Amino acid sequence: MKQYVIIGNGIAAAGCIEGIRKTDNDTPITVISGEKYPVYCRPLISYYLQGKTALEKMDYRNKTFYADNGCNVIYGKTAEKIDPEDHTVLLSDGKNIPYTKLLVAAGSSPFVPHFDGIETVEKKFSFMTLDDTLSLEKAICKNSKVLIIGAGLIGLKCAEGLKDRVGKITVCDLAKNVLSSILDDDTAPAVQAHLEQNGIEFFMSDSVKSFDGNVALMQSGKQVDFDVLVTAVGVRPNTALISGIGGEVNRGIVVDTKMQTSVPDIYAAGDCSEGYDLSVDKNRVLALLPNAYMGGFTAGVNMAGGNKEFDNAIPMNSIGFMEIHIMTAGNYIAEKDGGTVFCKKTENDIRKFFVKEDELKGYILVGNVLGGGIYTYLIREKIPISTLDFENLQNDPNFFAFSEEIRRKKFGGVV
Amino acid sequence: MKRIFVNEEWCLGCHLCEYNCAFANSGMKNMALALKGKKIFPKIHVYGNDKINFAVSCRHCEDPLCVKACISGALHIKDGRVCIDKTKCVGCYSCIMVCPYGSLSVGETGVASKCELCLDNACGSPACVKGCPNNAIVYEER
Ligand SMILES: Cc1cc2nc3c(=O)[nH]c(=O)nc-3n(C[C@H](O)[C@H](O)[C@H](O)COP(=O)(O)OP(=O)(O)OC[C@H]3O[C@@H](n4cnc5c(N)ncnc54)[C@H](O)[C@@H]3O)c2cc1C
Ligand code: SF4
Repeated sequence: MKQYVIIGNGIAAAGCIEGIRKTDNDTPITVISGEKYPVYCRPLISYYLQGKTALEKMDYRNKTFYADNGCNVIYGKTAEKIDPEDHTVLLSDGKNIPYTKLLVAAGSSPFVPHFDGIETVEKKFSFMTLDDTLSLEKAICKNSKVLIIGAGLIGLKCAEGLKDRVGKITVCDLAKNVLSSILDDDTAPAVQAHLEQNGIEFFMSDSVKSFDGNVALMQSGKQVDFDVLVTAVGVRPNTALISGIGGEVNRGIVVDTKMQTSVPDIYAAGDCSEGYDLSVDKNRVLALLPNAYMGGFTAGVNMAGGNKEFDNAIPMNSIGFMEIHIMTAGNYIAEKDGGTVFCKKTENDIRKFFVKEDELKGYILVGNVLGGGIYTYLIREKIPISTLDFENLQNDPNFFAFSEEIRRKKFGGVV
Repeated sequence: MKRIFVNEEWCLGCHLCEYNCAFANSGMKNMALALKGKKIFPKIHVYGNDKINFAVSCRHCEDPLCVKACISGALHIKDGRVCIDKTKCVGCYSCIMVCPYGSLSVGETGVASKCELCLDNACGSPACVKGCPNNAIVYEER
């Protein structure tokens, strides 16, 4: 019997289900869900701690999603091994599930480096899943001193979530800048200062050398007292299922623009995969929610016999921290690499644009982010900026900077 | 499906559509009480200069990027319309990051705000179009 199988039950899996059903309404879908919940919005775990959402609001789709889409979900079991010859997946309970087409949407796992004395720390957590979040919530009280290792997106989102629920938050990172994956020297200090004003303490260019119970000895020689530890130094794509059968794996599972892996009938999408990134013109892991959905959707359409390509992925982030908004996308091409950089700073606002060869390649907005999608559009569609009033557009993203003809097309027809 | 389309050559730049939008979505019966002396948060915005003007609201795309990018599942498609569940939105603005038209905005409470064609409020069809004095925005099938 024909059957689609999806390993993982996150955003990429949901995209795949919707992609399959765009094309094929009949063939059954089996979803293997390591976590015991219907697909939920992973990025909302910090908003949950913050009280900005509630458990029943975190579902990504409505209650009848799986039933409506003819999916059978196997909760709390994991896929252990794929047999590409037999077209079967071996589950942790010993069962074999046959597939016609398979999607690996296994996401990523938190990377936890080794620290001397880590075994003496009683309360330690990652910040990746709903279960992590619920255990972390149990471990804190309003006097807790929380140490977060990692000043990236996940570490700082965790800090924001915990801020009003604990006594003190200290964040350390080996990098010199906070959010080093999306900000640069011009923008990171402003964001760090804002977080400091909100009571977060930072130890940058520093990390933990060793632990002794509730004391962290830092590489700089300083000491940090804490009672709850969160490690958020980064995530690693879950690639073992494909590397285990000799499929092409780099940092992530390598896929083409149809989201197909090097193994016939097996696709991959989301955080576990490494697909084409338009902004650098090569494959890259883009562990972001929109990318997971779009990759999953593309895979679904193709698994069901349709024809779709995902060839305009770029890194892009929109995120707020304690009332400051940050929107970034693309590639920050420096002047030394032939780029032209435009930077405007006002008291509450930084706007930075990276241009090369008449195309916008990347941008960073801190503060006012309204209309930022127009910049993302310029990057993804490679619009020649000489055809626009780019000077105006930098301050004021709207279609006044475009030609009348383009406006007529965009706002006078169905898009 | 009927959508809103723009005739920029007719637009006066009067911003009435913005006020009618804010009023229609205020849930109130009296325009003065709803809007007077208050900062308004319309879902349609007029751009341009002293000569050229045009009003931009959600295009209700057939393949909307905002729905794909939404991190909370708040944005969804309902009978062809792109709608938002404000109780789910957390105000991350990923939708604003991907909307190629700059259509989404931020509402009074900080969550994303967008045109739903007035089909769920008392107006029943787009208030901006109803109130436009010069047919610079129209609501029709194209
Ligand atoms: C705190 C936090 C905040 C974030 N904020 C943002 C944000 O603001 N914007 C943004 O774009 N992105 C954000 N992200 C990233 C975003 O959540 C991910 O990119 C996205 O969820 C990836 O989706 P996915 O489907 O690839 O993987 P996941 O959502 O991780 O789903 C993979 C699932 O597969 C399961 N699985 C793994 N192996 C197996 C197996 N062998 N068998 C069965 N099941 C398996 C896992 O248990 C997991 O449930 C955030 C992430 C975190 C942790
Ligand atoms: S601002 Fe709200 S609607 Fe927009 S992407 Fe974020 S959660 Fe979704």
